[in-house]
Amino acid sequence: MKTLLEMRAITKEFPGVKALDTVNLAVQEGEIHAICGENGAGKSTLMKVLSGVYPTGTYDGEIHYDGALAEFADISDSEARGIIIIHQELALVPLLSIAENLFLGNECSRSGIIDWRDTNQRTEALLRKVGLTEPPSAIVDKLGVGKQQLVEIAKALSKEVRLLILDEPTAALSESDSQALLDLMLELKQQGVTQIIISHKLNEVRRVADTVTVIRDGTTVSTMNAAKGEITEDGIVRDMVGRDMADRYPERARRAGEILMEVKGWNVWHPIHAERQMIKDVNMTVRAGEVVGIAGLMGAGRTELAMSIFGRSYGRNISGSLEMNGAPANVDSVSGAIEAGLAYVTEDRKSLGLVLDETIQRNITLANLPEVSRKTILNEARETQVAEKYRAALNIRTPSVFQKVMNLSGGNQQKVVLSKWLFAGPEVLILDEPTRGIDVGAKFEIYGIINELSAQGKGVVMISSEMPELLGMCDRIYVMNEGAFVGELTAEEASQERIMSLIVTE
Amino acid sequence: MTDRNAEAANGSGIGAYLMGHMREYGLLFALIAIMFFFQIVTNGTLLKPVNVTNLLLQNSYIIIMALGMLIVIVAGHIDLSVGSVMGFVGALAAVMIVEWDMSTGVTIATCLLAGGLIGAAQGYWIAYWKIPSFIVTLAAMLVFRGLSLWLLEGQSLGPFPREFQMISNGFVADIFPAGLAIGLADLFGEKRINVLSLATGLTAACLITYMGLKSRAQNRAFGMDVEPAAFFYARIGITSLALIFIFYKLSTFRGLPNVLLTMGVLTIIYAFFTERTVTGRRIYALGGNEKAAKLSGVKTERLTFLAFANMGVLAAAAGLVFAARLNSATPKAGFALELDVIAAVFIGGASMSGGVGRIVGAVVGAFLMGVLNNGMSILGIGIDYQQVIKGLVLLAAVIFDVYNKSKQS
Repeated sequence: MKTLLEMRAITKEFPGVKALDTVNLAVQEGEIHAICGENGAGKSTLMKVLSGVYPTGTYDGEIHYDGALAEFADISDSEARGIIIIHQELALVPLLSIAENLFLGNECSRSGIIDWRDTNQRTEALLRKVGLTEPPSAIVDKLGVGKQQLVEIAKALSKEVRLLILDEPTAALSESDSQALLDLMLELKQQGVTQIIISHKLNEVRRVADTVTVIRDGTTVSTMNAAKGEITEDGIVRDMVGRDMADRYPERARRAGEILMEVKGWNVWHPIHAERQMIKDVNMTVRAGEVVGIAGLMGAGRTELAMSIFGRSYGRNISGSLEMNGAPANVDSVSGAIEAGLAYVTEDRKSLGLVLDETIQRNITLANLPEVSRKTILNEARETQVAEKYRAALNIRTPSVFQKVMNLSGGNQQKVVLSKWLFAGPEVLILDEPTRGIDVGAKFEIYGIINELSAQGKGVVMISSEMPELLGMCDRIYVMNEGAFVGELTAEEASQERIMSLIVTE
Repeated sequence: MTDRNAEAANGSGIGAYLMGHMREYGLLFALIAIMFFFQIVTNGTLLKPVNVTNLLLQNSYIIIMALGMLIVIVAGHIDLSVGSVMGFVGALAAVMIVEWDMSTGVTIATCLLAGGLIGAAQGYWIAYWKIPSFIVTLAAMLVFRGLSLWLLEGQSLGPFPREFQMISNGFVADIFPAGLAIGLADLFGEKRINVLSLATGLTAACLITYMGLKSRAQNRAFGMDVEPAAFFYARIGITSLALIFIFYKLSTFRGLPNVLLTMGVLTIIYAFFTERTVTGRRIYALGGNEKAAKLSGVKTERLTFLAFANMGVLAAAAGLVFAARLNSATPKAGFALELDVIAAVFIGGASMSGGVGRIVGAVVGAFLMGVLNNGMSILGIGIDYQQVIKGLVLLAAVIFDVYNKSKQS
């Protein structure tokens, strides 16, 4: 086996910051190479150096690719050599068809006129390779995220890829879609495509990677080899955070009190396709001090359920009753839901949770401005006190609370969203994928916050696609599939197998 | 890494501070530089008392509408109809007063109400039906342009009674004893001095200095990065001196125009509203990220609706001021004026995507355009070149914004 890519002593500096400090990376031809590291460790910067986003000359060190020194001036340079990146945020044009997307910028045309027959035939061949059965004319917007991810890979394959780089490919995928994607990666490996995967999901890394390189604070910490049996999740975590993590899920005294929230006979229809029922007759209780999980595949309706409960933010023709502390609550509007003691921490913090262009302080107080004002006139001194309080309590890492939120890392942004909802003073918090896309250290801190909330007697509903997280954190887990609850398991009963079998047998 | 980057960008030192606040200083310096330039090339005509008074009167209706437009733009929308609505309300006022013999008071109240209803009607479609504001207000622009023509039957209508003209052409009576005025006039070697105007200028300068010091102390107490002392005192000093200078000039002519009073009071109210009240804050959140604001309990539809209703009232107020100033209503009144108003707001630093912009910026932006207009007119530069230059200034301001932003990130 020969070395396809070798990055030697790569150092990349931004004004005042050394993002990469003599990083070394060697990728063998035909292997799957995983790069692990906390958010902000420098993984993305390294990939940008590799793909020519940061052109040659803006960094120190050398890149050797396919036996020769490579000096890429831009992305098209590296793409011409078969290096293709699939970014975390998908780069598909939503309203174009699969075929149009696959050959965007690379159209099968003769003197500027597109040859649709050729395009469609080649598209079908590529879709078969990635295991998609959709017609080439299907509009990308109508596909799920998992299938869109596969279209991205098909697009990469259309360009005769030699080195495929996948940045957090499964971050937005459900369990089964993730499995399908990992299978595809292994199959591509059989066909000789070398791959680099960046991922936070260590079980997936362990499953597919031949080699793992861990990066911490801009330097290479370790390289592990599967053939030598060196890859273990604990080992990766230790190297990522620089310390042993004895418990990935902090302990909590489990005690459930009175019923705080009770949802009965909840039905919701799709906001546009009125005939589609999204939520079917859901009944749910949350007790004081309890952490209740909702497990399910992507598209099971978990987010739709949460948002429809939270001030009817999703769906139409919503029916059913909701009681808070035994009394019917009016949750027809978001402000009503907040008043009734509910909070919903969204799964999509950038587009639904934060005003990115505003400061940390203004984001934290947004859901409860009356608390920091007198007769509708804002008291900024009080606002700052509040923001500082949550900055300290949740350990938000920032030079100041007047920093704009967009300058924070994912984990710190998530803490700002949590702060906003903690300040709103809810009794029941619905956390939708609270640890998505954030690093191991920040995850641990979020778990600690959840336990703290439960100790204060608040009810927590936790929606997560990571089953180990639900199993590690929850007192009780509802299993959801196709809009309905198909089972309820206590912490003692629950296991990944039982949850999956409940989903599959329904 | 992003955190560290941010820290680096926020590094200490005057240079770094200037980089981060380029926009605000840039605007102020641009205004001063342009005034200085025209003062010289017009041989001092620009800052003659009569011209200063004119400058204020000429731009009053633009500034009044810029206040509302800033809110609309911060909320993430645009209003193309304000010029037409302004013309229509002026026409309505003329018909009511000249043809129907109604009193000035009733006319003003009816016109403001009509403006509010027109704005509300547009806001209704934009807020509750999610029809893009560009389309709705473009439609309204055509509708009200047509309706003013219809109302005036294509003719100019006037004149107005003196009482109505006073809205624009009146001056606030000097409440200080005449003896004091004569004494001061002798002291400064002027023909006359309006003490009220001078006193207002001095009070405004003191207030600005006091509030500047207060908020600076407060910011420091909060641990916010405060402006370097040199900048702070230079900015406060220049602003105060400029205010005193302008009001002194006014006092040697006819004193405080009524319109200036209206404009000043409205500016203060709207600046306070946008920066210090719960509703104001929510409008910024709405423009910054509508979905996130909505999920935080902000009633986004209602706020959008109110932003347009408010814009309608201000467009009506501007229409009254404009008609009173011309002493007649014409079918052409307010034609293409919406573009000047929008330009003023963008020059003042508002963002096209919403969520960013300040009242003070919009007012300074409007003055900047006003000084350009006025200076070029004094020089006798043709309307053709004037348009070209104004267009380029707008483009330059926005390019400067975008460039600054890309440099920061």
